[in-house]
Amino acid sequence: MNKELQEYTLRLGDNALILGQRLAEWCGHGPVLEQDIALSNIALDHLGQARMLLNYAAEQKGEEFTEDKIAFFRDIFEYHNLLILELENGDWGKTICRQFLFDTFNYFLYTDLLQSKDETIRSVAQKAIKEISYHAQWSAEWLIRLGDGTDESHERVQSSLNDLWEWSGEMFTPDAVDEAMLEAGIGADLNAIKERWHQKVDQILDLAKLDKPAGEWMQSGGKQGDHTEYLGFVLAEMQHIPRMHPEAKW
Amino acid sequence: MKQEEQIWQWLEEVSDPEIPVLTVVDLGVIRAVEYLDEHWRISITPTYSGCPAMNEIEANILEKLKEEGIEDAQVKMVLSPAWTTDWMTEKGKQKLQDYGIAPPEGSSADKSVLFGEAKKVTCPHCKSRDTELISQFGSTACKSLYKCHDCKEPFDYFKCL
Repeated sequence: MNKELQEYTLRLGDNALILGQRLAEWCGHGPVLEQDIALSNIALDHLGQARMLLNYAAEQKGEEFTEDKIAFFRDIFEYHNLLILELENGDWGKTICRQFLFDTFNYFLYTDLLQSKDETIRSVAQKAIKEISYHAQWSAEWLIRLGDGTDESHERVQSSLNDLWEWSGEMFTPDAVDEAMLEAGIGADLNAIKERWHQKVDQILDLAKLDKPAGEWMQSGGKQGDHTEYLGFVLAEMQHIPRMHPEAKW
Repeated sequence: MKQEEQIWQWLEEVSDPEIPVLTVVDLGVIRAVEYLDEHWRISITPTYSGCPAMNEIEANILEKLKEEGIEDAQVKMVLSPAWTTDWMTEKGKQKLQDYGIAPPEGSSADKSVLFGEAKKVTCPHCKSRDTELISQFGSTACKSLYKCHDCKEPFDYFKCL
């Protein structure tokens, strides 16, 4: 149970950390100033959530651990984030598309975590759900704008949706850790979330005039520590300064 | 005066680093002032998870109390219950308005979620209701960006959370 809780905490924290890091790459590169600021704001929310969760993971692991040590001194196979979050950002349409698929999932996940029997996870969820609601609304609005926009925007966002689809299934595929956490009343029921997610996705894709991809084969492995070639590049950028100067202090 | 009340008064003089017109008390981030194990402990809660001002708020509180002669106060971060704009004082909302930032309107509970209609907000400059949301995300995590169709000025709105 303690081992599962620790891994579950890391999964939540790593999702927030890796997505926050990816989104921060957009800082200074957004298509217009307002949206550059929007993505940086969202990145900051994720980073804040990651800090609370990794801090909790550090508490569980013992005295010699800190949130920084967990973020900067773990290697690829020790990360437990979903694969979709470590993929390259691509163009604006692909970033929006990934945000929409993940934000919608994250909204339902954190809504359920408001009832978690684990006090810290519940508290983090109470804080995070307010921010995640804004994220989910924002990415759904953008998906509609791009899908129901010009021929060019429609085509590009449809193609991103097709590419990202096989990475979406991992969110809902429970493994032993998810099942143990559900059993303990700490985690969420991923099968139930899957249904709610599909309903919301259908509704928004319809408004966006986008076709839902039909593929059923799904990628998996990130939660368990098997990652794509992309995660190493994310970590290299994120970790190289603390690894060069491990004892550095402000 | 009891010392606890005195501390609350001192905290009224600690301003928010991002929106200096507001004090930390106006903002509603001070959750408790307690005397525990021979130390004063101030509990604060973040407005947003990633709010970069929290460390500075903590440092400013400790500095203020030190100036007033309390050397060994502690600041504790609490997450639950989560901060909401409902905790902002009426005085704080008025100060925001005077400063040119539209204060949060209505309760945080009625916020539209997952593709809802954007809220109508009163322009803090000319009081017009004919305003439009430009971006849900503004100059800091707690604000969104609006423009006014009457006076043509853009303005920040302190969004409901």
